[in-house]
Amino acid sequence: MNILVILIPASLFLGLLGLVAFVWTVRSDQYDDSKGNASRILMDDD
Amino acid sequence: MSLAPAPSACPACAAAPLAQAASKGAQSALDGCDEVLFALPKVHCAACISTVETRLNELAGVAEPRVNLSLKRVSLKAAPWVEEETIIAALASIGFEAHPLDAATIGGAADRAGRDLLLRLAVAGFAMMNVMLLSVAVWSGATDATRDVFHLISALIAVPAVGFSAQPFFINALSALRVRRLNMDVPISLAIVLAVGMSLFETFQSGENAYFDAALSLTFFLLIGRYLDHRTRASARSAASELAALEVHRAQRIEDGQPVAVRVADLAIGDHILVPHGMRIPVDGVLSSDSAQLDRAFLTGESAVQVLQAGDNVRAGEVNMGDPVTLQATAVGQDTTLRQIAALVETAEGGRNSYTALADRAAAIYAPAVHLLAFAAFVGWAAIGGDIRFALNVAIAVLIITCPCALGLAVPAVATAAIGKLFGHGFLVKHATALERIAEVDTVIFDKTGTLTMPGQTRPLAGFSQTEAGVALALAQASNHPVSQALCRALGTQVSAEQLHDITELPGQGIQANWQGKTVRLGQAGFVGARGAGTWLKIGDAPARRADLSERLRPGAVQAIAALKAQGLHVEILTGDAPDPAHSVASQLGITTVHSRIEAAQKHALIEDAKARGARVLMVGDGINDTAALAAAHASIAPASALDAARTAADIVALDADFTNLGLVVAVARKSTRLSKQNFGIALCYNLIAVPIALAGLATPLLAALAMSSSSITVLLNAMRVRSAK
Repeated sequence: MNILVILIPASLFLGLLGLVAFVWTVRSDQYDDSKGNASRILMDDD
Repeated sequence: MSLAPAPSACPACAAAPLAQAASKGAQSALDGCDEVLFALPKVHCAACISTVETRLNELAGVAEPRVNLSLKRVSLKAAPWVEEETIIAALASIGFEAHPLDAATIGGAADRAGRDLLLRLAVAGFAMMNVMLLSVAVWSGATDATRDVFHLISALIAVPAVGFSAQPFFINALSALRVRRLNMDVPISLAIVLAVGMSLFETFQSGENAYFDAALSLTFFLLIGRYLDHRTRASARSAASELAALEVHRAQRIEDGQPVAVRVADLAIGDHILVPHGMRIPVDGVLSSDSAQLDRAFLTGESAVQVLQAGDNVRAGEVNMGDPVTLQATAVGQDTTLRQIAALVETAEGGRNSYTALADRAAAIYAPAVHLLAFAAFVGWAAIGGDIRFALNVAIAVLIITCPCALGLAVPAVATAAIGKLFGHGFLVKHATALERIAEVDTVIFDKTGTLTMPGQTRPLAGFSQTEAGVALALAQASNHPVSQALCRALGTQVSAEQLHDITELPGQGIQANWQGKTVRLGQAGFVGARGAGTWLKIGDAPARRADLSERLRPGAVQAIAALKAQGLHVEILTGDAPDPAHSVASQLGITTVHSRIEAAQKHALIEDAKARGARVLMVGDGINDTAALAAAHASIAPASALDAARTAADIVALDADFTNLGLVVAVARKSTRLSKQNFGIALCYNLIAVPIALAGLATPLLAALAMSSSSITVLLNAMRVRSAK
């Protein structure tokens, strides 16, 4: 059971990492044009 | 198209296209250039994006074009000397219709409220997943100290997360309670607060059941609903402001004898304004040119060109069909006739807000029912067992399990999917309850001029041979009369003029000439020995025939009417025009009920009559004379070419000039209402199974989590089915 002392903080840390990453994507306007981004992936240039 | 060689106020902009190659370096060089927005209703794929961006990059003085496919817009930086017309023409040359948007009216692109909700949603989701993970351990049999520690960690995550994420519900619930009313947020907040409170108490008492995961998933799912709802409303709002931004916002003011482009908002009374051919007049005023040919269809509904003399009054919204004219402004901005009518419509619109949305009607029944049920469970168990703690447990389990997810999620999810689908087909849904109202419609009433027919486009001389049309063209070419000129424009590309001799024009009557030894005449009925209105053509001794221009049908109108009829709707035409052209259009479209020569006030009365008979009317119209009718009807649609006032009054604006997909609006509306009701049914089924278990005191946190998640996900998936509507 002592392994929980490491595993639970580890899982919380990883979860937090995901949360921070999501907050960053929101703040940098990455959801403003979801359709456009889906299409731009198909373009050859830039 | 030529670029005005005016000196640039921003010299760096001139070099912008060059600097663009070194894009990072160009960034600072572009300061001082205008950020310009255009609506591109036709852009829809990756190829469109690169075509538009490549074409715009080729233009001098234009930099950083960026297409937003979701909003169907392109933003770019343009040097001050670049004219909007140049950009519009460039886009038109590659097949994209573009409308300039006023960036100031649209407001900042950033949607603060939306981001705020998204952030809360993310926090709730993060907390829910972690607590759920800990709960799985408890459900699968963790006991004693392990369970208590897990509950404690859950509490440490859940309390701050709920405190942050559920704030929108708490705030709404409080403001509703302050005015002594119940809304959906009251049972939601109560369930969340009680679930967290009781779980905290149980944790400290080393109790068995903690509902932290339930409180968090409740918050999470409801925030999804709230976010979708916000998106729908925000897109409706931005659609409305986009339309306002579409209005003419540049005008040509004459300063020192030279026309200068200025914002319409900057025009003042007494300014001299130049209005080029084909443009709308931006302000009310007095004509200072000798004569003008104006299309006043927006006021009368009859698209006939009128000839005005110097000193005549002109009104904002009229379209200049002839040579460029100048006028002196007498009323600007909010004082123009156009704005005053628009303001009247906005007042009239208030009546529509009395419509109660499906979700609100459901909530009115649901909120008291849930409270009573939970309260009854508490009282019942307290009376039977006398154990207050257990009774409270049961009551809270009931509150959590009757999760209003379906109410909070079902309708917004369906609405978002439906509005997204319609937007993809070129329809802007402006009003939140528009789809529900359209689903109830049984009669569709169309305006004719500008709605079923194309504004300003005509179909020349049906039933005349090429030679006869050629004679008419040759006669028309000899005259400056607006009717003749309209005839020339319509016929010019399709027939070649015949050779005429001895052409004479009798002012106010017509034109006479000699063609192959016969006398030919084009003019009023009296001039050719006939009776009736309109323009007549007489060749030799043959009887005179009417040579009126008939209107060209809007593309897709035939398919639209057929689709609406196939859905069991009754279709009528309502027009200010004369009976003859109205019936001609009606017969081409297969419409039998025609009301002609109806003035604006009568249109409104006719809609009211239909309402009194119990009909639910969908009005489709574009003119100022339609606006009262658009506002009075149960639901309304206006084409994008309609005037501001008409678009303001309408629930839905058709961005595409082609009406082929009009039937889809009704189909999607009906399907979305059906799916919303289905979703309520699904949620009810879950409750029918889970609530008796909760009332019996057998509910566990596992059951609560299962019931809530599965009902929410089913409802969301069901909502997506609206996309398959045809």
